[in-house]
Amino acid sequence: MGQAFADRPLVLGRHILKSRLIVGTGKYSTLELMQECLQESGSDVITVAVRRERLVDASGRNILDFIDLGRYTILPNTAGCFNVEDAVRVARLGREILRGLENPGADWVKLEVLADTRTLLPDPVATVEACKVLVDDGFQVLCYTSDDPITARRLKQAGATSVMPAGSPIGSGQGILNPNNIRICLEYLKEGDPDYPVIVDAGVGTASDVSFAMELGCDGVLLNTAIASAQDPLRMASAMKLACQAGRQALLSGRIPKKLYATASSPTEGVISLQPRGAADSRSS
Amino acid sequence: MLMISIRVNGESRDVPSGWTVADLVGQLQVQSRYCAVELNRKVVPRETWSEVLLAAGCELEVVTLTGGG
Repeated sequence: MGQAFADRPLVLGRHILKSRLIVGTGKYSTLELMQECLQESGSDVITVAVRRERLVDASGRNILDFIDLGRYTILPNTAGCFNVEDAVRVARLGREILRGLENPGADWVKLEVLADTRTLLPDPVATVEACKVLVDDGFQVLCYTSDDPITARRLKQAGATSVMPAGSPIGSGQGILNPNNIRICLEYLKEGDPDYPVIVDAGVGTASDVSFAMELGCDGVLLNTAIASAQDPLRMASAMKLACQAGRQALLSGRIPKKLYATASSPTEGVISLQPRGAADSRSS
Repeated sequence: MLMISIRVNGESRDVPSGWTVADLVGQLQVQSRYCAVELNRKVVPRETWSEVLLAAGCELEVVTLTGGG
């Protein structure tokens, strides 16, 4: 399936992705389940976080023992950072780990600079600033941001490899709350640069959210909680994969315009039944 | 043996004077190939771990990757 319909791969800077779905590795009940879900999602890029080693727990299993480093490109994030300096430090630490492991993900980062613990909304000013620092340092920067089109444009100007607006707050499962803003983001970011990648990152609750993002014209979707916290994560991983493909195919197919009134799918000629009079006629009678 | 006090991941720790980053990482119960080390907020490249000496009062972060979105 899918092979019959040509599509170009998603290009993110120097990375070429087969799948347009990027999945996170957090919140799984077991590392074994995570491993299965990653595989089922069909993703070739997966996100991870950078954290202090637990120096007391020698038996603590490392997530890297459950990730095929030859198969997946790791995208380290700066989650949990609330200022420019910490985000830049975390990005550099992530790069150092992946460089040591010879994973291609050593040259990029998913930048998050948060403003507030309750909403986990990004700090737009700090995100733009951190983006500039990291771009100057040679990173390909994928920027998590709100759905504000002006911030999105600033991030692209700052050198972001991809701008990744949130559909709704992280982990909220509310889907895409303001599709109009996503549409404007797409218009602004792709103006004269149609291949510039825009990825919806955060807020996905279920498969239709992913399809919707793709149908809007987003180039990809990044999600984590919607799979990891579903009642059946493995089945949901499959649903997300299919939804991403379905939405993308629908976009490329060119949907029909929406109309207020019906248009018959069956021929109107040769019907044996008498037609009722039209709405305008019945109103006047 | 002369000991110095340093901070590792926010916790105070005494180590022998003359220790390098490599000596410290070797003592920690971690898989070092999955780690990155920061000394006083600057990354210490893995290749230089055995050359970088720890100084009294220095601050280290030893990090790895974990699940995240």
